Amino acid sequence: MTALTLENITKSFGKTEVLKDISLDVEPGEFVVFVGPSGCGKSTLLRVIAGLEDASAGSIRIMGRDVTRVPPAKRGLAMVFQSYALYPHLDVAGNMSLGLKQAGEPADLIAERLAEAARMLALEPYLHRRPSELSGGQRQRVAIGRAVVRQPDLFLFDEPLSNLDAALRMATRVEIARLHRELGTAIIYVTHDQTEAMTLADRIVVLRDGRIEQVGRPMDLYNDPDNRFVAGFLGAPAMNFLPDPARPGLSLGIRPEYLRVAETGPITGEVAHVERLGSDTNLLVGAGEQMITLRLFGQHDFRLGAAITLDYDPARALHFDAEGHRIRP
Amino acid sequence: MNRARQSPLNTLAAHAALITWTAVALFPVTVIVVNSLKTRKAIFREPLALPSPESFSLIGYRTVMKQGDFLQYFQNSMIVTVASLALILLFGAMAAFALSEYRFRGNTLMGLYLALGIMIPIRIGTVAILELMVQTGLVNTLAALILVYTAQGLPLAVFILSEFMRQVSDDLKNAGRIDGLSEYTIFFKLVLPLVRPAMATVAVFNMIPIWNDLWFPLILAPGEATKTLTLGSQVFIGQFVTDWNAVLSALSLAILPVLALYVIFSRQLIRGITSGAVK
Ligand SMILES: Nc1ncnc2c1ncn2[C@@H]1O[C@H](COP(=O)(O)OP(=O)(O)OP(=O)(O)O)[C@@H](O)[C@H]1O
Ligand SMILES: [Mg+2]
Repeated sequence: MTALTLENITKSFGKTEVLKDISLDVEPGEFVVFVGPSGCGKSTLLRVIAGLEDASAGSIRIMGRDVTRVPPAKRGLAMVFQSYALYPHLDVAGNMSLGLKQAGEPADLIAERLAEAARMLALEPYLHRRPSELSGGQRQRVAIGRAVVRQPDLFLFDEPLSNLDAALRMATRVEIARLHRELGTAIIYVTHDQTEAMTLADRIVVLRDGRIEQVGRPMDLYNDPDNRFVAGFLGAPAMNFLPDPARPGLSLGIRPEYLRVAETGPITGEVAHVERLGSDTNLLVGAGEQMITLRLFGQHDFRLGAAITLDYDPARALHFDAEGHRIRP
Repeated sequence: MNRARQSPLNTLAAHAALITWTAVALFPVTVIVVNSLKTRKAIFREPLALPSPESFSLIGYRTVMKQGDFLQYFQNSMIVTVASLALILLFGAMAAFALSEYRFRGNTLMGLYLALGIMIPIRIGTVAILELMVQTGLVNTLAALILVYTAQGLPLAVFILSEFMRQVSDDLKNAGRIDGLSEYTIFFKLVLPLVRPAMATVAVFNMIPIWNDLWFPLILAPGEATKTLTLGSQVFIGQFVTDWNAVLSALSLAILPVLALYVIFSRQLIRGITSGAVK
């Protein structure tokens, strides 16, 4: 039995087809991250899974039960929204317990679940505050708590951390990973953030224009992408694409960290820009028309405009055909 | 409010403008109330003077109390205004929610159709309305007035409220749906409180024209039992003689309920603005 099965899901708004024939299995306890460029349909897919939008075609099963025609509240899932979406008229305890109250659960069970979730998320001091009296990070923890108390079969997160500042984002990311280990429930998580995707996911689903481009474990996608889009989308700074010197018409992909400065090499250019991050140095090299990014470990000094030669290990390069498909050796 | 940014000069200028505006707006009201407390002679000799011991007189109020059933008129006006406002707000908000929240065939067309009423004054249909009321036996009932005023207020209410409802966060409504709230609960508990300022605006906009209207009470409900305050006050304005004491007293009394209603709604308006939505 799978936590979630999508079969040939299609979704259109009027004439525009936003999701095109999406099929996917999510195993129980798995952490699956959806990534893709803005407007590719990640949120729409999440809303279809939640039942907030009806799929135009296809079927959805959660824990083996067909829920294609089941209303959101009865699908056994919980969702955390980017804008927190807390009920402004209820205090924290009220926000977290509303779903259980609506489902007609007994009061002692609600109190027990509430206490447990509040302990897990360190929300005890705030239980009787209104959302307007909380900070952004606290509000997001309440939103997560509201999902946790329902003990769903599946969690849906839509960019939950994108409204938080960098430090808080890191802390909450770690907290979500811990929560996932503690609860063992399957999670589907939408994000723009590379780091979140790479660090949290058991598997990453890369979407483009309403289609799944590739599904796989983070390191498999990073090291062995199926096509140029996936190769370019994962990794920051992004992969460099060069014309293949051996085979005209084809292209070559090299990650910035696999390039090195050398005495002789196939690429020559001049230093266009240097980014010093402390732990790393990103070097932008102008080679003819093209800008090539190089990532060096540690701190380095370069003079702008200086001539530079780059080399790489051919075994590290990926090959793509004219349509962007990967050519595997 | 960022107090630090305001210089004392700005504050002074802002207050001067506001005080001037308040004085201009209150002037006619003050003249009416002041003169309603004077003798007829004093009203015409010195209209702007405050009542002195010699010129003070309650004759106008006594005439008003004797003449006709003023308490009844008051009650009629109150019932008509409050009931119409309640219906306008309820049905206006519900229609606005449907138009802004649900995708269905003809949604835009329906919105345009409802907005048409903003541009076409309802009085154009007076004859048809009167015929309708005669046929349904509603002539000389308060229900006739309430129905007409509700129809009159709905277009603008739907227009304003749907604009505001579009701005209520989708995530909030969706969170409610996942927690198992019905669409009615989402509407009444989540959405309505967030559009309270707009509701107050709609209420204030509709209240004054309904309270002051003379046209429909005269045509649809001129009977003694259903007279509104505005219609009832007309007895003092004769073709040849006008009892100014009584007219001014009736007007002064008529201001009070409007003032009370206004205070209620403006409280809501301010509370709505200050409580705000939680993002
Ligand atoms: N209610 C709607 N009506 C019409 N089109 C819609 C609707 N909702 C979404 N779309 C379209 O569907 C596409 C996918 O939207 P969606 O919100 O799923 O993107 P996303 O991948 O979540 O993007 P982002 O990363 O910016 O959040 C967009 O092109 C959007 O314009
Ligand atoms: Mg989105």
